[in-house]
Amino acid sequence: MSDTSRYRLVLAALAILATFLFLLSLTVGPAGLGFADSIAALFSDKAGAIELIMREIRLPRALLGLMVGATLGLSGAALQGYLRNPLAEPGLIGVSASASLGAVIAIYSGLTIVFPLALPLSALAASVLAVVVVQALAGLRGSTLTIILAGVAVSSFAGAMTSLALNLSPNPFAALEIMFWMLGSLTDRSMTHVWLALPFMLVGWAMLAALGRALDALTLGNETAASMGIDMRRVQLLAVFGTAASVGAATAVSGAIGFVGLVVPHMLRPMVGARPSRLLPASALGGACMLLTADILVRLIAPGRDLKLGVLTAIVGAPFFLWLVYRTRRKLA
Amino acid sequence: MLLDVQGLTASLGGRPVLKGVSFSVMPGEFIGLIGPNGAGKSTLLRALLGLTPAEGAVALGALDAAHVTAKERARHMAYVAQEREIAWAVPVEMLVGLGRSPYRPSFASLGLADRNAIEAAMRKMEVDSFRERATTELSGGEKARVLIARALAQETPLLLADEPTAGLDPSHQITLMRLFADLAAGGRSVVASLHDLGLAARWCTRLLLIDGGKIVADGTPDEVLTARTLRDVYGVEAFFGENSGRLVVQALDLVAADTRARP
Repeated sequence: MSDTSRYRLVLAALAILATFLFLLSLTVGPAGLGFADSIAALFSDKAGAIELIMREIRLPRALLGLMVGATLGLSGAALQGYLRNPLAEPGLIGVSASASLGAVIAIYSGLTIVFPLALPLSALAASVLAVVVVQALAGLRGSTLTIILAGVAVSSFAGAMTSLALNLSPNPFAALEIMFWMLGSLTDRSMTHVWLALPFMLVGWAMLAALGRALDALTLGNETAASMGIDMRRVQLLAVFGTAASVGAATAVSGAIGFVGLVVPHMLRPMVGARPSRLLPASALGGACMLLTADILVRLIAPGRDLKLGVLTAIVGAPFFLWLVYRTRRKLA
Repeated sequence: MLLDVQGLTASLGGRPVLKGVSFSVMPGEFIGLIGPNGAGKSTLLRALLGLTPAEGAVALGALDAAHVTAKERARHMAYVAQEREIAWAVPVEMLVGLGRSPYRPSFASLGLADRNAIEAAMRKMEVDSFRERATTELSGGEKARVLIARALAQETPLLLADEPTAGLDPSHQITLMRLFADLAAGGRSVVASLHDLGLAARWCTRLLLIDGGKIVADGTPDEVLTARTLRDVYGVEAFFGENSGRLVVQALDLVAADTRARP
């Protein structure tokens, strides 16, 4: 089988799996609806209880699982390709930590009580601000190392400010709310969240998808890529702002969900011949599959306990990552 | 004229590295860029490619290098970097195909001309027999040949190479020098920085000797590689001979401290 047809097969398999998981996500929940009933309710004109549950609770949850997962997978693959570092993940350039800080400020200040959408909006604003700071620190001809360092600095600062908010929190409930929000979850999201995040994600996806050819060239390093006609400034702007828009929006509506952006590109890289441009769509689909699976699992494992999605991805993701590291070590030895 | 450089100056971290370099490259030249470590050879190549900020006029044929797009530049000259870094375990054929990026519109797949160029480049560098292998699993010499094949696939009139022979065995060094000489004979031009004076003397049509950020000698190997210049610039005594009409140079020993000319 040729390279290209194998790649198409991988993409098709991932797309089928994502569709299946999306449908499964629509049909899993405490209401215990039948599969046919629930799908039919999505498209019916009635306004009964089933229709309400499907349209207002399950559909936004499944859609967000798809969108957030695709965002994390795509941006992880794009950043690993751009920084030429298999350890890069979307949080590396400071987007996740500052989006969390923005959300924490909204919860802490009580804005969320007056205006519920203040949380995602504030998180988005903070992530945009953070990335502008990272970009300014790194400069237009910034090396990847200065971007990583600037991202780490911004992340640490945002983390410190979040801790300060927790530390000074006037009532324990606000502190608890902050803690729970930061664990990451897709529970009780509405279509408003979907519409809020979607435009930013679409813009971010488009920017990251446009990187494909440049990421392939970057396999040979910055200078060789530049000598092959790749405009490195454009690549940097697309990578940084594309990640900020999509991951900022994802964190704003779901909280910080780790490991997906790190692990998914690793798993899929050997299947696409390690080619960075091919890893982008594969990793987006793979991220969607992984997040939808995790979100289905949290509902199945502990239906009444509201197990947080970010906790589950970390619990499953970390040992898996250890195994990946072990396998890489054996290969190198 | 393929390349014309006038008064090129460049600094690295505030230290001047190139101090007014001027030369031009005609079609059919294989130019060896020689000079001691730190003389500014790599910086010169990088400045020509726009990879490091530099002052002065650089013309690529009829184009002013200050006003060309990255893609136009890439269709005019290809570059083989000194570092042989390959980040991901991509197959050889795909890596060579990267050389076609300046010709491909976004999202277009490889055309017939692209595939022919890739095939020709792989055959020339004798890497077509392991085209499916992952580049990260290759030996140093194989990797070097794959990276040069990548630059050949770019099919530019001018090829710049930073120490392309480093880490190659004698047979592959000679194969590479012969290939560059053939490219030059076919009307393209090659500028390669070299440390091996013997190879430079035997294969290049012209040598540029750089020392302290300036061109101190420019001409045929016979004119540039003299006992005097080697003593002044490198501080070495050398054996000079001749074989089938071409110069043979072998550095023998350091010049004794008291006889060494002070700049």
